[in-house]
Amino acid sequence: MSLNWQASCSLALIQLRAKLLHEIRAYFYVNNVLEVETPLLCQSTGTDPYLDYFTSHYSILERDYYLQSSPEFAMKRLLATGIGSIYQITKAFRNGESGRYHNPEFTMLEWYRVGFDLQQLMNDVEQLLNPFLMVENFSEKAERIAYADIFKKHTGLNALQFDVSEYQACAESLGFPEASLLCALDHAAWLDFLFSHVVQQHLGQASLCMVFDYPACLPSLARMKLDNALLVERVELFIQGIEIGNGFFELTDVDEQIRRFDQDIMDRKNNGAVKIDKDERFLAALQSGLPDCSGIAIGIDRLLMIISQKSAIDEVLAFTIKNA
Amino acid sequence: MASYSTSEFKAGMKIMMDSDPCAIIENEFVKPGKGQAFSRVKIRNLKNGRVIERTFKSGESVEAADVVDVDMQYLYHDGEFFHFMQPESFEQFQADENAVGDSKLWLKDQAMCIVTLWNNAPISITPPNFVELEVTDTDPGLKGDTSGGGGKPATLETGAVVRVPLFVQIGELLKIDTRTGEYVSRAKA
Repeated sequence: MSLNWQASCSLALIQLRAKLLHEIRAYFYVNNVLEVETPLLCQSTGTDPYLDYFTSHYSILERDYYLQSSPEFAMKRLLATGIGSIYQITKAFRNGESGRYHNPEFTMLEWYRVGFDLQQLMNDVEQLLNPFLMVENFSEKAERIAYADIFKKHTGLNALQFDVSEYQACAESLGFPEASLLCALDHAAWLDFLFSHVVQQHLGQASLCMVFDYPACLPSLARMKLDNALLVERVELFIQGIEIGNGFFELTDVDEQIRRFDQDIMDRKNNGAVKIDKDERFLAALQSGLPDCSGIAIGIDRLLMIISQKSAIDEVLAFTIKNA
Repeated sequence: MASYSTSEFKAGMKIMMDSDPCAIIENEFVKPGKGQAFSRVKIRNLKNGRVIERTFKSGESVEAADVVDVDMQYLYHDGEFFHFMQPESFEQFQADENAVGDSKLWLKDQAMCIVTLWNNAPISITPPNFVELEVTDTDPGLKGDTSGGGGKPATLETGAVVRVPLFVQIGELLKIDTRTGEYVSRAKA
């Protein structure tokens, strides 16, 4: 038999992963953040318009369960019980996502800090990550930059005000004539396209980069900014051009959450994506009251790629989707 | 019409783009935080050899290009077209100057080469990595030095001009690397 049974990555990387996980757990232990576990098999899941799910059949109930794509709803149900700050290191599953930075099954660190706003969460992220980022020529001081500022710097466009002809002209001049067809009149799609094709590669080259004050059309589960209706309280983390995390000052308003679910469900329908129902248990938890908190998810495999200076996620996984 | 989804994209796959057949060189999955996923693809236009990048919406379908590489024998040039034959079927194809391009410098009568067919018509020719061609002209006066140093130009039977060592004489058969257009050695006649 010449079947390739060996590990994809080196023993050194398996050891590095173990050390990283140990140090993350030590950090949260010292900071009194409780480690929790939530189910991988779930009856409900997120309604994200662009996520595709795995399901598995449960024979006793004769129904399909989702393999979780993120532990956020379950963790928020724990938060609503008054558990306090919590974290989890877990596998998450996203169907169809495979490439240099994606494996359909990946390891996620997710945590919530009760009573923290977004700036406090960013301090927390900086404290946690800095010891790991002893990469050459890398500054310990994280860069914090507003979405609209960094977007303007690299595209010249106003991210908060959508002028389709200006966006088209910008894409043309930067060598992306196809963007007009792909993004049409969808402001969020334009922002995603231009950010990922033009802006992202410049971020986090000299230090951890945290982009905050996201445009209101990219809200995900962030609450609206109190003093500015054009912005939401969302942050994304970038290191060496790689997106490694996404966090929010969490939305606690159940009616707004229902509106966003409904919008997602409609978007999924229009995209021809599989129908997903709202997670009613999560909504009931929100209804009963989620404490003010900020939370963030970080991709552990990508963080390992950066720490070990590997160029593909396959190089830091013991077994990838191809030889799992 | 056959088509491929972006999730099937891989290096070497032939697709239609802007009405031209193209080969995929590299495919990168791009997914901005919670947003729409894209496939950022590096593609070579098989007609003009140009490499460009293009982004597709993830999951989008793209028309496949009916492109195949076939081993054929080069027959002759009639002044306008280059003629090739598939040895098994004896089927003949003619390629124009555009399709043959610089490969004509390495085409020797009867030699085998790879003809790339798009919708059954030649769009490009790839000569073998090494060909043996006769020297038709070179300066005979430059003798003496047996190896290395300087060299001199030599014209080959196909019209190609390559740099050769000083000892090479008219009428000799030379082995040439067609990928670099460089002299390799004298060929055993």
